[in-house]
Amino acid sequence: MEGDLIQTLVSGLLIGFVYALIAVGLTMIFGVMDIVNFAHGEYLMIAMYLAYWFFVLFALDPLQSLPVVTILLFGLGIITYYVFIKPIIRAPMLTQIFVTFGLLIFWRGVAQFLWTVDYRMIPQAILSGNINIFGVYVGVPQIVAAVGAILCNGLILWFLKGTRLGMALEAVAEDKEAARLMGINSDRMFALAWGIGIATVGIAGALLASFYYVFPEVGSNFCLTAFVVVALGGFGSVVGAFIAGIIVGIVEVLSGFLIDPSLKLLFVWSLYLAVVFMRPQGLMGRK
Amino acid sequence: MKKNIIFFLIFLGGLITFPFVFENPFPRHLVIMILLYATMGIGWNIIGGYTGQISFGNAAFFGVGAYTTAILLTNHGISPWLGMLAGCGFSILLAAVVGYPCFRLRGHYFAIATIAVGEIVGVAFTNWDYVGASVGIYLPILDESLMNFEFHTTKLPYYYIILGMFLFALTVCYAVEKSRLGYYFRAIKDDPDAARSLGINVQRYKMYAFSLSAVLTSICGTFYAQYVLYIHPSSTMDLMMSIHMCIIVLIGGLGQLFGPVVGAIVFVPLTELTRVYLGSAGQGIDLIIYSLLVILMAILRPQGIWGLFSRGSK
Amino acid sequence: MSALLVMENVTKKYGGLLANNNLSFAVNQGEIIGLIGPNGAGKTTLFNCIACFCNVDSGRILFNGTDITNKPPEIICRMGIGRTFQIVRIFKEMTVLENIMIGAFLRHARRKDAERKAIEAAEIFGFTERLGLKASSLTISEQKFLEVARVFATGAKLLLLDEIMAGLNIQEVRESVELVLKLRQMGITLILVEHVMEGVMPIADRVVVLDYGEKIAEGSPAEVIKDEKVIQAYFGQKYYAKRREYTT
Repeated sequence: MEGDLIQTLVSGLLIGFVYALIAVGLTMIFGVMDIVNFAHGEYLMIAMYLAYWFFVLFALDPLQSLPVVTILLFGLGIITYYVFIKPIIRAPMLTQIFVTFGLLIFWRGVAQFLWTVDYRMIPQAILSGNINIFGVYVGVPQIVAAVGAILCNGLILWFLKGTRLGMALEAVAEDKEAARLMGINSDRMFALAWGIGIATVGIAGALLASFYYVFPEVGSNFCLTAFVVVALGGFGSVVGAFIAGIIVGIVEVLSGFLIDPSLKLLFVWSLYLAVVFMRPQGLMGRK
Repeated sequence: MKKNIIFFLIFLGGLITFPFVFENPFPRHLVIMILLYATMGIGWNIIGGYTGQISFGNAAFFGVGAYTTAILLTNHGISPWLGMLAGCGFSILLAAVVGYPCFRLRGHYFAIATIAVGEIVGVAFTNWDYVGASVGIYLPILDESLMNFEFHTTKLPYYYIILGMFLFALTVCYAVEKSRLGYYFRAIKDDPDAARSLGINVQRYKMYAFSLSAVLTSICGTFYAQYVLYIHPSSTMDLMMSIHMCIIVLIGGLGQLFGPVVGAIVFVPLTELTRVYLGSAGQGIDLIIYSLLVILMAILRPQGIWGLFSRGSK
Repeated sequence: MSALLVMENVTKKYGGLLANNNLSFAVNQGEIIGLIGPNGAGKTTLFNCIACFCNVDSGRILFNGTDITNKPPEIICRMGIGRTFQIVRIFKEMTVLENIMIGAFLRHARRKDAERKAIEAAEIFGFTERLGLKASSLTISEQKFLEVARVFATGAKLLLLDEIMAGLNIQEVRESVELVLKLRQMGITLILVEHVMEGVMPIADRVVVLDYGEKIAEGSPAEVIKDEKVIQAYFGQKYYAKRREYTT
């Protein structure tokens, strides 16, 4: 029984890292420009489909197509910003909610139209199978995904704190006016934030495609969980998203293990409600 | 103003005489669906359009209405009309339980919280054996009668029942719009703090709006249960259903009396036709069209399609 | 004359900053009180405390003898205190008439009554010709007047006006002054936060001066202008020293 518990915790930890990666993009976009990207999960779905098609058409393992997928999604993020988001940057919150909500529907429709609602899966990834660590069985793709997610999160953190461009981004998040006075072009920073935010989801998608089913609704499952992570970590905090991702991953599998697998989502959502009622700023967010 | 009344009477006349002109079940079904979605849209419009509280979880009220009726009828033989009232009661209760904590949240937090609640209710019902879990409930086939709220040989009575509900919803919304309630709702949407400084108890009025929304959505759930005679969580409590309610009002006209009507007239036929003629790929196309309309309306004209017409007639 | 509003040792902190420090003064029925002081002195914070948009850390506020400290803002309004905002907050999507009606609805539940009351209020404030205009299309000074009209329609007996003369030209300032006097004639007590001295000093019965959250002077406008602490607060030590040089 105890072995099973550890098994559960480990798998929760691993998926938690991936949740953290997905949430990082969401929280970064919000932190920089106060917009909640309701369509975030759809970009994950697009990345997963891209990884899948690269496999089917070019026999590329997701890990091999990962760089391409990432770059494509970075570009998609930038395009999304300039076409859909820039016009509403100063619009009231309701309008912003509706536009990203519209984007969600749009990408869902595109996916259904192009690829139907069938479930697809990559049969065998390059790195596959199970390995045994100290008596715990873990899928290799899951570990790869987790490692990839950790690396990516680390990269982003280094970028934000350690590079001039990254610090400029943080400056804009902190105080747009002050940043402008220091010569930082907030428009380009917004575009960059979108580019990076969507690119992270691209990486997550390529990693997940190794072992997860691909279908048009897959994005919404992860996105909803990402909302919980962002709320728990604090809207706008990258470090918070990382910690919260792990917590949510563990809560999810633990509730499934201890109580009932089909009620997992119920507990994750209850966690969201608990956080916003009791500590709206999350673990590390600003108000 | 006179012109508006005339147009409305023509519209009403058309609705009343429609089933006699089109006697096939499919057109009648289509208009029944339009009226059903329009009614739900009016319900959503009250909380989302007028009061500005975006709920992505209204399907929960639809589900409560459907399930309450179904259970009371199936397990206890209680008339669906009483079941409808009971459903309204439970929906108001749900609205109170959800609204009281959630309305303290602002903007996105609230919208996401409504998703959370909708999903929680959905998951709960999918795993609750008493209500049939994921299989759902097959309503008992009873003799055709108004009392039993079941008709098997023709859709005609269903048509007039939903027409009645639709007109009821329209009347309620009209009355709200012209009363202090409506003015206060709009003030809350515009600037809640300023509203408080003018003596408006914002929490309480949000609750009123949410309760009205819950009732109008709940009666639709009851109708649906009696119309289809089979309900399960994904047909009555799905997130997509909540999203459909939003879409209808967004493209039809947020905060406009006839917005949901126009939205439903656009939405339902498009969905049905793309589904019938294009299969699942067709499903994608209608979503693409709606999404672009929603985005366009959000950026350019929150008054929606209805707003285009009403401005023209001014 | 019994006091309408009494502030007793009101203190409000924002983190480490003492925005209002131990403030006490009273306002009598029918008075026009000027609340002045340099930027950041805590004037708007005080309004927020009275209207209960923020919670007081210690002290009491009494209105008509009743303790109103830290009550919900909507209750404050119902008790008869109305306020405007430093940055004007009219309902942008509604017409002028609808804006005023929102205020009128507080004491008139039926729309016909509220509409009638709103039209009356509009006439007092000069909006009769512009009732159907969308509020966002008004000029800033018109919007400020609209905000006052709207809160007037709630039947408030005490009005807290936050910098309604800011950014107005001379003619508009004169109109505000006439408006304030008209309101007082109708039996309303007013507290004005102002920087526009030529507007508030001539009409105020008494002036309260704040600086760094503390009350540094209180009295008639004539007394307060000559008060040394007030001059220091506004013009700084150097000017004060220079002035003394010339006058002694």
